[in-house]
Amino acid sequence: MATKVYMEALSPTMEEGRLVKWLAAEGSAVKAGDTLAEVETDKAVMELVARADGHLVKILVPEGQTVAVGTVVGYIGAAGEAVGDGAGSGERGAVAAAAPAPPARTAAAPTPPPSPVPLPVPAPADATRVKASPLAKRLARERGVDLKAVLGSGPGGRVVVKDLEGAGSGERGAVLPAATPVPRPASPVPAGVEFEDVPLTQIRKTIAKRLISSLGPVPHFFLTAEVDMERAAEAREALNRDLGDEAKVSFNDLIVKATALALVRHRACNAWFQDDHIRYWNAAHIGIAVAVEDGLITPVVRDADRKSLSEIGRESRALAQKARIRRLTPAEYTGATFSVSNLGMFDIDEFTAVINPPEAGILAIGGITAKPVAVAGAVQVRRRMRVTMSCDHRVIDGATGAAFLKTLKQMLENPLAMLL
Amino acid sequence: MPTLTYRDALNQALREEMQRDPDVFLMGEEVGVYQGAYKVSRGLLEEFGPTRIVDTPIAELGFAGIGVGAAMAGLRPVIEFMTWNFALLALDQIVNAAAKMQYMSGGQFRMPMVFRGPNGAALQLGAQHSQAWESWLAHIPGLKVVAPATPADAKGLLKSAIRDDNPVIVLEGEMLYNLKGEVPDGEHLVPIGQAEVKRPGADVTLICHSKTVSVALKAAEQLAAQDVSAEVLDLRSLRPMDESAILTSVVKTNRCVVVEEGWPFCGIGAQVVDIVQRDAFDHLDAPVLRVTQADVPMPYNKQLERAAKASPEKVVAAARRVLYLD
Repeated sequence: MATKVYMEALSPTMEEGRLVKWLAAEGSAVKAGDTLAEVETDKAVMELVARADGHLVKILVPEGQTVAVGTVVGYIGAAGEAVGDGAGSGERGAVAAAAPAPPARTAAAPTPPPSPVPLPVPAPADATRVKASPLAKRLARERGVDLKAVLGSGPGGRVVVKDLEGAGSGERGAVLPAATPVPRPASPVPAGVEFEDVPLTQIRKTIAKRLISSLGPVPHFFLTAEVDMERAAEAREALNRDLGDEAKVSFNDLIVKATALALVRHRACNAWFQDDHIRYWNAAHIGIAVAVEDGLITPVVRDADRKSLSEIGRESRALAQKARIRRLTPAEYTGATFSVSNLGMFDIDEFTAVINPPEAGILAIGGITAKPVAVAGAVQVRRRMRVTMSCDHRVIDGATGAAFLKTLKQMLENPLAMLL
Repeated sequence: MPTLTYRDALNQALREEMQRDPDVFLMGEEVGVYQGAYKVSRGLLEEFGPTRIVDTPIAELGFAGIGVGAAMAGLRPVIEFMTWNFALLALDQIVNAAAKMQYMSGGQFRMPMVFRGPNGAALQLGAQHSQAWESWLAHIPGLKVVAPATPADAKGLLKSAIRDDNPVIVLEGEMLYNLKGEVPDGEHLVPIGQAEVKRPGADVTLICHSKTVSVALKAAEQLAAQDVSAEVLDLRSLRPMDESAILTSVVKTNRCVVVEEGWPFCGIGAQVVDIVQRDAFDHLDAPVLRVTQADVPMPYNKQLERAAKASPEKVVAAARRVLYLD
């Protein structure tokens, strides 16, 4: 009797998944715990593992196709065992996209379509720390099992001893993809092509869903202030003079720290709107918007009010790096109490950002530019930066937001205040 | 084997030890004519007379101090407190005199004495009379602390306590005195510092003592119905604590829940967790969880009191969590 392989919910919000790549070939022998395939969830590329020993007798869902959680994507059985075909013949879930996903479609019919863009699958190497119980770690070591190849069922993905059941020899690490990142092919536009239809990736779908649920129902208003960054720039230069490249403090680190400290003083802005109540947070967990290939994600620096600038810098660089290779764990991109989006490096002067619900505010940071300003009756050239705060009016009123912004401005204009 | 109540098992231990050694005597409020607030000393005044069964005024610090002096002079006093809540008044004698005397006299004075009485909550006695003191007492170097859960252990541990040359705290329970169980006749000694597996199991260790032993046993019963095999380990002695019994069980089951009557902060369970994480770290499949009284003064209201206490349901929930079943 063959065991069905289901599309599993690999993230808390996952409703469907795209089968990026089968790592086990049809007919090959597999053991419980082996990675069968890579699946793109709404947030990251995750591994789908075998839940039984046997042979992968049938693959039902081809690479590139998106199916609902609960859909049968293959069968594990005895070698050569005949099984039913047709994705979703299992009872557990409906098929979202039973037909093969259309390949990237172009308007010029006779031209062979450009091959769908393969998602870069970087080496997971040490990108994520594997959480495992002490017993699971010890048993894995004794049995030569690579914990990175085991899907943890405990809290936060912790590998516990039952996840190791049936795990065998040390070959398991070998199923992980090779370390070569697949480069995105530069695609010169073929002559005569008017447009190209590209199916929505999971992350784009999630972004679309999340943002519609923000700007539609959330009553935004915006507050803009211009901050004099002379002293912040001087402080940063002074700090960085003695720090190695690894530890250098960026303007963004200063902004994150100042935001966190200002939030702690203005708890009214450090809040979540919930259906029938407002949750005011005491700690400031700052989401930092990071652009990733075809999307964005906001990894979270937790307790940023209590971290040093270099800790914030180190942590946000590590999170951004993991975000770019799509190896953030759910714990790393959820739970922010407030967010910061910085487009300064793109030479944007000022912009407005869309709130990430249930958070009640987000700061949009523009670039730092030298400009003439009046200082004590004389014109001076100063480095200035415009910040715009988007507020959820259900939580924050104009004066409340303005008071927070004033504190933030004071901190950035006098960075020593952050030491208080 | 005869079946006795916990109360009568203690009475038997006192009588046997007083018959065996003329230096042993009992002192406390209402222990003589009234035969004990909880009738633990029933019939002893009649048998041993007023020089060995001594009624005292309501003055805990005073009679605890007289006991310390008697022990220094070579007698083996057993001091009964009507409850350990009242023994707070005698803490100076217990902590500063009894626990330190051998150390500070360089061994010139021995301290072969017992302080005993009911500990922890009964039913609706209010915040001041419903407290479990074991973590306070076990904190003190120089004291031994035992907390028997069954009539047999009550007899065996009280006899060992009376024969010990160190001050020993015996924690009984108002809700335990009527508990019945088989008790061996005559010479039955339970060594101080030895835990006992009250129910063997394979999946999770429930560590408990005193009144929480029955809580853990009920929880184990409910868990068995859910196909979980829980081992119930009764510490019996809190200081010294039987580390090897704790480790043997946790190494077998890989999961542990500690149950106690007292408050969570700095409780006995915290000490157990320290032992487990230090010496069985590589054997743990889940963080150790604790079930304790809620971190509040005990409510008088019946429903609130029930909600504040450790219960089989809370133990089952914790066990399921360390097994990743919920």
